[in-house]
Amino acid sequence: MDRNSNNYTFIYASVMVILVAAILSIAAIALKPMQNKNTEIEKKQNILASVNIETTAKEAEQVYAEKVVNSYVVNSEGEVVEGDAFSIDLKVQKAKPLEQRLLPVFECQTESGLKYIFPLRGVGLWGPIWGFIALNEDMNTIFGTNFDHQGETPGLGAEISTPAFEEQFTGKSIFDASGKLVSVIVAKSSESAPEEHKVDAISGGTITSKGLEQMLLEDLTSYQKFITRKKS
Amino acid sequence: MSEKEALFSKKNLKLLTDPLNDSNPITVQVLGICSALAVTAQLKPAVVMAISVTAVVAFANVIISLLRNTIPNRIRIIVQLVVIAALVILVDQVLKAYVYDVSKQLSVFVGLIITNCILMGRLEAFALGNKPWQSFLDGIGNGAGYAAILIIVGFFRELFGSGSIWGYRIVPESWYIANGGFYENNGMMILPPMALIVVGVIIWVQRSRNRKLIEN
Repeated sequence: MDRNSNNYTFIYASVMVILVAAILSIAAIALKPMQNKNTEIEKKQNILASVNIETTAKEAEQVYAEKVVNSYVVNSEGEVVEGDAFSIDLKVQKAKPLEQRLLPVFECQTESGLKYIFPLRGVGLWGPIWGFIALNEDMNTIFGTNFDHQGETPGLGAEISTPAFEEQFTGKSIFDASGKLVSVIVAKSSESAPEEHKVDAISGGTITSKGLEQMLLEDLTSYQKFITRKKS
Repeated sequence: MSEKEALFSKKNLKLLTDPLNDSNPITVQVLGICSALAVTAQLKPAVVMAISVTAVVAFANVIISLLRNTIPNRIRIIVQLVVIAALVILVDQVLKAYVYDVSKQLSVFVGLIITNCILMGRLEAFALGNKPWQSFLDGIGNGAGYAAILIIVGFFRELFGSGSIWGYRIVPESWYIANGGFYENNGMMILPPMALIVVGVIIWVQRSRNRKLIEN
């Protein structure tokens, strides 16, 4: 057959595309369960990291089952509603109006008592940033945090996921003396803010730092009624 | 080429060793620079990227070489691209399933293997006109040449940029200014421009040592 004829070219291209599509679909379906498992393990690791428990991917499942004693879903009124907390995608929830959002809560038993863990999601400079924040039983003091990002600048904005940055949050309060939710202010050295609500921003990563501050305030606000209920 | 040619004849070995030095894809042909800058801030992703590119270029070479007598000339570039893209997606899926943390670090750069000029270059220049075994060797050779540069750059960038190698700390914590020492990591090292400078230095060293590459 003439290799330069139109028919040959069309048939060749069609057969090739169908073959390649079949191979790729098979590979994608075959590997999907393992990939999902990896994402799940990573999420468990991140939840545990927010209460300062470092685990390897291998032991994460077991430690998670041991430490995270309870998880449930609440609405913006702070009432517990139906749902599986672990599988909730915050990206989907944050696209809804506040009243319709499903907000996951994880309770984790640590050596220093029960901690409440809330997931966070916001916007950095280049893409989404997310994380978990763990509160002490007083529902005011931060016990630990864990942040991650999709593509912040290495060495600058990406520093939010380093322990040095995350550890600053430990011990800070999210409510002021009058009971108003102020969250945590990620401040440059020139900005003044009360010490118990302030952490140092990342130099060269101002937009990421401010995005993180915004994320904390926004997401803690959506949990505010739940937090107030637990407090009283 | 006779059918009885030994698998590792001198000519075939040259296919394997040439790209390491005389025709290195990065330092001599200056191909694939983009990914070389992007993934070399640390050694581990650099090594994984090097292995992925080597695997993709070797197998793409073999596949194109097997098909070389059937590919319609008018769509040969598209055929090459489809083969590369399919292999890259496979590599990406496998990385996500088996070495998740590394695949996260490489993120978009695995996808960008598709646009790595080394691949198209080898397919067009070599695989379309040579037998599968030679094409395979050529792919491995070029992958290794790419790998060598990536690993050297990754080694220096991680050492001076983060004070560690393969994630293990080399520069003692007590040396750092933050801990009362005298040392500070070079922040420039972890940014892409420094990778370009390191590649430039490698080219300089290579050219001053290899007489074949000296131009008049």
